[in-house]
Amino acid sequence: MAALSEPAPAAPAAPAAVLEARGITKLYGGLRAVDGVSFAVAPGEVLGIAGPNGAGKTTLFDTITGHTFASGGDILLAGEPIRGTKIHHRCRLGLARTFQHPVAADTLTVLENAYLAASFRRGRTGRRSRSDDVAAGQAALARVGLEDRATVPAALLPVYDRKRLMIATALATDPLVLLLDEPFGGLSLGEIDATMALIGQIRDAGVAIVCIEHVMRALVALADRVLVMHHGAELFAGTPAEMLKDRRVIDVYLGAGGSGAA
Amino acid sequence: MSAALTVRGLVAGYDRSVVIDGLDLEVADGATAVVIGPNGHGKTTLLRAVSGLIKPFRGEVELGGERIDGMAAEAIAKKGVVHVMQGDGLFVEMTVEENLLMGAFPGGSWRGRRAALKRVYSELPAVEERKGHKARTLSGGERRLVGLGRGMMRQGRLLLIDEPSLGLAPVAIEAVYAVIRRLRSEASSAIVLIEENFTHVGGVADVVHILEAGRIVRSGPFAELAADRTVVETYLGSIAEAPS
Repeated sequence: MAALSEPAPAAPAAPAAVLEARGITKLYGGLRAVDGVSFAVAPGEVLGIAGPNGAGKTTLFDTITGHTFASGGDILLAGEPIRGTKIHHRCRLGLARTFQHPVAADTLTVLENAYLAASFRRGRTGRRSRSDDVAAGQAALARVGLEDRATVPAALLPVYDRKRLMIATALATDPLVLLLDEPFGGLSLGEIDATMALIGQIRDAGVAIVCIEHVMRALVALADRVLVMHHGAELFAGTPAEMLKDRRVIDVYLGAGGSGAA
Repeated sequence: MSAALTVRGLVAGYDRSVVIDGLDLEVADGATAVVIGPNGHGKTTLLRAVSGLIKPFRGEVELGGERIDGMAAEAIAKKGVVHVMQGDGLFVEMTVEENLLMGAFPGGSWRGRRAALKRVYSELPAVEERKGHKARTLSGGERRLVGLGRGMMRQGRLLLIDEPSLGLAPVAIEAVYAVIRRLRSEASSAIVLIEENFTHVGGVADVVHILEAGRIVRSGPFAELAADRTVVETYLGSIAEAPS
């Protein structure tokens, strides 16, 4: 689609980070699930996160969003410290995420899911306005191409539609930062291409994106930089091209055949 | 060879929506069939209808010549159908090893559980590393590996595997497919394996079936389908750029 074929406008200078994680640690008993991980991501930038299964990638996301509390370190969202705050507070400040398994409120329709999410959107005033929420929800569905499925109960959606609905509910919150946990998993090749174009459009709209992914073709094409985790800690940080050549990354993550095209 | 699995005129789905719509499939004893197709076209539903997790609306499913459609899932499991599901379906408050042992419960496999455990651990060292951990503490990818390990805990007649590459790191996908290639070369169970695309299945399939809109629309050896321009453009898009 258009967004991928047009080159992104050249950044005049390094823009300020909108999300910054400093030395995030998460302990489960004696296990250091996340071990001193730092990263920063700016508006319109995609940071990829890769690493072996069990490396702590999703747990890192959980500490950023507040699904679990970090044991140590600092998290700054638009300059404001958010470690220790509640999930919905972080959401209203502009943090949204999707999950590995495509979750939705199954008994609600597609549109109901979207406008429920919109009721948590950034900058929404205390005065309730259902029609504003519905409009925001409809706009989010249109961005992912689900507007025709608005009245379908979420339980009946096939996996690709569920994954798009999850992205739509995240977009309905008008995020500054979007965390995507394996958005390409389980998709066919055409669906992967369409999802890459969608994420490119979200990035071009100025959202900062952090994306956990094992589908290297997509990660390499989308990410400006990649952080590879291993045993909870940073193993590698650099460009996708550097990652594909890094001996340590090949040994513990990519494997012999994993030079990135697949 | 007799057929491990025969499916005739299968119609299946959920509530009133038909997903599998008149599907025929035969898998010989010890053979590996790979079913490829786009999302939402019925691959997972096919496996669920075979293993009895959903009841077919119409049609026949035979295991070794015996009708199993309409039977309860646990009865079908006892007869030798092992289903490695896409959702891992683990018991989250049990340890990894306890979850594996659950795989040896049906159909008189309990006596061989120690040997089976040893085998799983040697094939999937990442699973052994976590054997004392509760399943809920595992990452999504680790759970998938435990699900596959549980499927290897008994000797079934038919092993159904739903998207073994999903959610796994590239190096873990290589490891899983190495395990599947060994299972296949032993030819002790017939295998039906599902994937979204052809990226990983080249060395695994005796026959590849393409499932579209609830039916098998093409079948043939991997090499034959890979040489077909239409099939390549529709389903193998990435193979030209794939390294292996």
